Amino acid sequence: MRALVVRTRLAAGAVLLTLLWVIPFLASAGGRVPLPEVPAVPAEKGTQCVEDTEVMRRNHMEFLLHQRDETMHQGIRTKKYSLKECIACHVNPTEGGGYPEYGSEAHFCSSCHTYAAVNIDCFQCHNDEPEAE
Amino acid sequence: MTTENVPGRANDDLADTARRRFVSSLAAVTAVPGLILQTVAEAARPADQPVTDKVRWGLLIDTTKCNDGCDACVTACDKEHNLEGFGRPTTDAQWIRTLTAKDKRTGRVVTLPMMCQHCEHPPCVDVCPTGASFRRVDGIVLVDKHICIGCRYCMMACPYKARSFIHEAIQDQKTYAPRGKGTVESCTMCVHKVDRGDNTTACAEACDREGHQAILFGDLYDPDSEISRRIRERGATQIRADLRLNTGVRYQGI
Repeated sequence: MRALVVRTRLAAGAVLLTLLWVIPFLASAGGRVPLPEVPAVPAEKGTQCVEDTEVMRRNHMEFLLHQRDETMHQGIRTKKYSLKECIACHVNPTEGGGYPEYGSEAHFCSSCHTYAAVNIDCFQCHNDEPEAE
Repeated sequence: MTTENVPGRANDDLADTARRRFVSSLAAVTAVPGLILQTVAEAARPADQPVTDKVRWGLLIDTTKCNDGCDACVTACDKEHNLEGFGRPTTDAQWIRTLTAKDKRTGRVVTLPMMCQHCEHPPCVDVCPTGASFRRVDGIVLVDKHICIGCRYCMMACPYKARSFIHEAIQDQKTYAPRGKGTVESCTMCVHKVDRGDNTTACAEACDREGHQAILFGDLYDPDSEISRRIRERGATQIRADLRLNTGVRYQGI
């Protein structure tokens, strides 16, 4: 009798744990939290960023900050982590023609920053579109 | 007219100019081996290498060649860095301007371009509370706008009135010359061109195009450079030399 009670409790616990583990996946799969639509990079500009996408998503701000100080104070102007190069690849003319402005959903940077509620001031000084060739 | 000594190395005490003249005359004698080393060190710095204090960038302005009424250098600078104004001359950004000075005793009139003098001991750097105003080791004085809080102490401190404050939001900046509201800025000696190895500035190019050749860019430490040679031959003056700032911009004919 006693063994049976323990077994039922265990079974109930296992079911509960499984549910707890599965529910978030069900929720997101159902689309309750929509992911941002990040503008794609045209294939002719390349298919691989300077680091893996996961690394870039998490650490791009660190790369930019480091590069910024080196460029400003030591005149190191490598292209790999330069903001100018980010913009050159990731900001492209919209279908209506012309480049999207930072702040609009069509701009690569703000498409995600709006979603994540990140407020940056890069583009108070830096141009938010590529340099005209 | 006072003739100034050759611009010295970092942390030179300007009081012992006599000793320095002696040392530089020695350097002139032993110039040939030094010269070869210098050219090797300077040969186009790779983009991943930091700037060094082996060079000191400077400008030499021959005021006798500067024409009254010509503003090619000013226009070129505005165009290069996209310094478009808002029609408010008292507050619009101005990195370089032309000045006309008259000697009251003789009535002699001199026209010259005035910009950041890229001092070795810059007052703007002394007063900056955040470290935004700084001197790069190759002698170019800059504002790190990432940490500039727009207090404008540097504008007060600069004896040359070389700096501007940006009062309004700005669009369409050049990618190599970021500018934004609430920060101070001034002549960068075309640092983007220097780092690229152009070995000139927008103002100097424009002056050459006009056929005046009044502005010369070069390395003040390289005894073989054109700028050093001309200073050695004809001498050059610092404006407000009494402040002992050891400016990187030198003038002839004033």
